[in-house]
Amino acid sequence: MPKNAQPLEGVRDSVSPSDADPEQPAGNVRPPADSASALQSESGALPDDAAAPSAAPSYRRRRQMQVPLLFLSVFIIATCGLGYELIAGTVASYLLGDSVTQFSTAIGLYLFALGIGAYLSRFFDREDELTTRFIDIELAVALLGGFAAAILMLTFAHAAWFRPVLYSVIVATGTLVGLEVPLLLRILRRSMEFKELVARVLTVDYVGSLAASLLFPLLLVPRLGLVRTSLLFGLLNAAVGLWGTFLLRDSLRRVVALRLRCLLVLGALLAGFAFADHITSLAEDGLYADDVILSRNSPYQRIVITRGKSSFQLFLNGNLQFSSADEYRYHEALVHPAMLKAQRQQGRAPQRVLILGGGDGLAARELLRYGSIDEITMIDLDPVMTELARTFPLLKEQNNASLSSTKVHVHNADAMQWLEEHARKRDPRRWDVAVIDFPDPSSFAVGKLYTTHFYRLLRGALAPGGTAVVQSTSPLFARRSFWCIVRTLEEGGFFAYPYHAFVPSFGEWGYVLAVPRPTGLAAAGQTQPLLDFPSASLPPGLRYIDDAMLRALFVLSPDMRRPTREAGEASDDSELVPNRLNNQILVSYYEREWKRWN
Amino acid sequence: MARLPTASSGGPSRRDVLAAGLASLSAGCLPRRDPGLGHIRGEILGPSDGRGHSLRDGGEGLRGRAIAEQERVDVAILGGGVAGLSAAWRLSRAGLDHFRVLELEDELGGTSRPGENHVTTYPWGAHYLPVPSRNLDALCELLRELDILRGFDAGGRALCREETLCRAPQERVFFKGRWYEGLYLRVGASAEDQRQFERFHDEVSRWVKAVSSDGRRAFSLPRAHSAPEVAAELDQLTMATYLDRLGLSSWRLRWYVDYACRDDFGLRATQCSAWAGMHYFAARLLHGDDSPPEVLTWPEGNGYLVRRLAQHVGDESASRRGRLRPRSLVVDVRALPNAGPGADTVEVLYLDLSQDPDPRKAPLCSLRARRAIWALPAFLRRHVLADYRQRPDSVPAWLQQFTYAPWLVANLTLRRAHAAPVAAAPVSVSARGAGFPPCWDNVLIESPSLGYVVATHQREAPIVPRSQGGDGQPRTVWTYYLPLSDGDPKDERARLLKLSWADARDRVLADLGRAEPTVRRDTERIDFFRWGHGMVRPVPGLLTGAALAQAALPRGGVHFAHSDLSGMALFEEAHHAGVRAAEEVLTALDASFEPWA
Ligand SMILES: Cc1cc2nc3c(=O)[nH]c(=O)nc-3n(C[C@H](O)[C@H](O)[C@H](O)COP(=O)(O)OP(=O)(O)OC[C@H]3O[C@@H](n4cnc5c(N)ncnc54)[C@H](O)[C@@H]3O)c2cc1C
Repeated sequence: MPKNAQPLEGVRDSVSPSDADPEQPAGNVRPPADSASALQSESGALPDDAAAPSAAPSYRRRRQMQVPLLFLSVFIIATCGLGYELIAGTVASYLLGDSVTQFSTAIGLYLFALGIGAYLSRFFDREDELTTRFIDIELAVALLGGFAAAILMLTFAHAAWFRPVLYSVIVATGTLVGLEVPLLLRILRRSMEFKELVARVLTVDYVGSLAASLLFPLLLVPRLGLVRTSLLFGLLNAAVGLWGTFLLRDSLRRVVALRLRCLLVLGALLAGFAFADHITSLAEDGLYADDVILSRNSPYQRIVITRGKSSFQLFLNGNLQFSSADEYRYHEALVHPAMLKAQRQQGRAPQRVLILGGGDGLAARELLRYGSIDEITMIDLDPVMTELARTFPLLKEQNNASLSSTKVHVHNADAMQWLEEHARKRDPRRWDVAVIDFPDPSSFAVGKLYTTHFYRLLRGALAPGGTAVVQSTSPLFARRSFWCIVRTLEEGGFFAYPYHAFVPSFGEWGYVLAVPRPTGLAAAGQTQPLLDFPSASLPPGLRYIDDAMLRALFVLSPDMRRPTREAGEASDDSELVPNRLNNQILVSYYEREWKRWN
Repeated sequence: MARLPTASSGGPSRRDVLAAGLASLSAGCLPRRDPGLGHIRGEILGPSDGRGHSLRDGGEGLRGRAIAEQERVDVAILGGGVAGLSAAWRLSRAGLDHFRVLELEDELGGTSRPGENHVTTYPWGAHYLPVPSRNLDALCELLRELDILRGFDAGGRALCREETLCRAPQERVFFKGRWYEGLYLRVGASAEDQRQFERFHDEVSRWVKAVSSDGRRAFSLPRAHSAPEVAAELDQLTMATYLDRLGLSSWRLRWYVDYACRDDFGLRATQCSAWAGMHYFAARLLHGDDSPPEVLTWPEGNGYLVRRLAQHVGDESASRRGRLRPRSLVVDVRALPNAGPGADTVEVLYLDLSQDPDPRKAPLCSLRARRAIWALPAFLRRHVLADYRQRPDSVPAWLQQFTYAPWLVANLTLRRAHAAPVAAAPVSVSARGAGFPPCWDNVLIESPSLGYVVATHQREAPIVPRSQGGDGQPRTVWTYYLPLSDGDPKDERARLLKLSWADARDRVLADLGRAEPTVRRDTERIDFFRWGHGMVRPVPGLLTGAALAQAALPRGGVHFAHSDLSGMALFEEAHHAGVRAAEEVLTALDASFEPWA
């Protein structure tokens, strides 16, 4: 950096100690020699200067060092500036989905705000206050930018406010950042020729941007998460501010107060950094592979949405419910076989559908592909879940706003109690299709929704010729559990048709199509009829299921088939006990089987 | 697990239990009043001791006043507990509807009474009924009428609707900081423990098979169908002595047996007749079927059966003119001079507390009847039957053999779901935490109490969202049972009745707090029932002696029906006693019916 030494000589006077504000308290005015040695010892940058007897040479040396250090500040500022831009874009597209729109809106707005900042810089006309203002702006950027991600994550809980807050944060941060470079240019202009200055500042600025755009996705976000990355940029800005109070000490007024402010801001950001988990209540950040963009406690469960590069995931109590990348496979396989089976049996297209569980609205989305359906009744326990599915942009986009459809009626109730009420009140409503999409039976509380009692109630809610489908965990990983569900449905009065689909984020997944078995006289000697589907009845737009695939779903490989005594398999069907309220055997099957894989 | 003692090093010592701050009430020194519990509300709700005690203390003043109202019926039923309501049910099933049930409390049910608050219904006493076997004809008939029973399996055990059976998981025990599945603590059991457990099991199986020369089972339900002579020697011993004789010293086995005695009879194994103890284990098992019956339960416990029974036998239920008359304190029962066949034989005097709750001021009413059914506990005979009252020397000595265990029952309303439907941790997760997940019955090994039963186990209480004026918080009710079985029942009773609400609250929370650390914070309300005469005590000699048979004999126009006539406070016994007494009355009144009892 010796190159900088030369031009420095010429402009030395402009920042001489005589520039010091006459109003500055006497205690802060120190003779140059003192101030120089104070700075040396404070910054520790110039150890050999301490021995210099004369004030002038050491002063010159300091001026020489100041410029490269100021360029380092420019570099940092530039890195942070681009960082905030990336954060705004990322948060917007994480939370609102539709990344192209979100990213370009955020970036456009941010750049525009930079322009506002640049324009506003002309109103800072008191040259003697420039450096003080510059440091103040650093602190403001540090605070606003540093907490930007945290603020956005927090406001996201109240979806209605999110967009105004998002855009305000972007504009405010952009404006502040936009002020930085013009002010710096003006500060540095005093020590450098203009063409030199512009060339260097802009170079460093762009290099800083490159650094930010590489560090951000490769190192910072994966390591720290968005909230801490944002805080880290804030910390850097605040550090630049503090450092500036030393570098530019001579042109500063009320240095002590300024430093105190710097320390306060640094402290706040550090605290934020330490308590990032609490700020956002995203304590489980570390549990998930991707960034947690939403986490909510409802009275019933913890709902978490994470966002990866190209998809997002919904977790309930830490269990993956779907990934936006491949949920279409899961939901197409869940919904369409039952719809077609009901159509075959009833000789007409189904009109009334009951969804039990399925609060994410994705099964409803598949159902709404059928024009024949005029009413969907959804019973999901958790009002927080169904509300999110209706209003949370990512979910809403994914389920095609199915829960806002006038055909869909959502009731938040325990499905078993709701069915019990339905039976008790002799409610005359019956449904052509029932889609049962509960979490896996990993606890007694959910296990009750897979019992003979439950299936008997379900049978009572189906119209003549109606069909039900039950998501039934994995026939490969939890074979016994899967067949226990089949067995329970049979015991509950159904013909059961087990099938499977391959969903990459789950693996092999199982379902059971269930058709009420005739009772009374008609039941005598009835064997299970073969499965058949009407052809060319699938709605358009499906990606996983077509007529050929529909049949293929029902072909199970030997390692997923019903365990038989002949095959000498450990889990012999003759021992498979139906799951009842008073034994909840399924929960123990399930627990034993999944333990093997975890 | 390594911390668990082996069989010989002993289980919870008496000191452990005392240290828990909740030894028996006789432990004397109260724990220091707990300051951190100011947020908890509650009361001692019942039963209305004042009303009952006025019988003993009120003297002849109660009966001396002028009779305000007179009425006559075919049958007067005294007491609206399970026995009284079952008698009414039997009569009405035989077409005899001209009866009254006089019950002193505001609610029917006695020791099977239901309670209710904004969260759920819950029990104040009895909370379950084991699925009966076919030989309990009348009970099976009742359950069929209530649409609970659907048929019988090959072994003769009733098949009941799935939703009425206690749901899994049913029971767990808390020991040294963790919960374990089941009631018998298997974890840490040595080979010797296991051997003794099996030895005990064999002994039970032996008694399940034992029959008299005429084919009656040694232990049967109802007790009256057993052949007491087969195992008569057991009624000379306490359960503890019996175990000693069998050489069974494993502490965990002995705890388990002691728990059973306390749970069913309110007695320690050291007090309980071995006949009663073995009856508990053997009477409900069927030949060739080792598995104990499932149990029927509802959020309000057997209070559910009480309510359904009352619906089935009542008319304008609970109205002052109806068949079922709560708030009616029976004060006098006297025989009427014989006026020939078909005439009224008894007069019952009662105070109508529905007009004035103060027994000193309530109007005295007369109810004449062709027959009366006494469904009150036997100890009241001295205070109510006119001839005993008038000639105290005529009170038979065997009546003194009926003694009663006091119980304290608490209902805690808590601000958290016992098992919030989805949030309940997966089994595997909770197994790593405090142990086995919450069950219906949650029993503490190192405690004089029996732990708690969860009212929302069979049916979760709905969560009222903010939008509907609630606070969106899940809530539940726990019923906590404490039999006061350590000292003399009279002394324990006196202490129980002196116990203040705050003392009771502190004791219960201290006891539960060891297993449920957040209970102090989560409890919003805690209410109590102090059952002074909770359960008849089957001490040695009662069950095979003469007292039970004597007490069941009709006197004048009065027939006797109460669970204490069997020496064992059980729903089956109360029901059987009511049905039997009703059939005696039907016979006496020449009604035609097909006997069930
Ligand atoms: C804490 C506790 C828990 C229990 N748990 C179980 C259990 O889980 N399962 C089980 O099977 N059994 C249980 N029991 C036993 C229970 O007592 C019997 O099941 C059954 O309820 C007894 O009914 P009963 O009609 O024979 O007697 P009670 O319930 O004693 O009925 C007598 C009735 O007479 C009324 N009465 C008294 N004096 C008068 C008067 N002067 N005038 C008018 N009415 C009067 C009383 O108020 C009461 O309603 C429990 C008992 C207690 C105390």
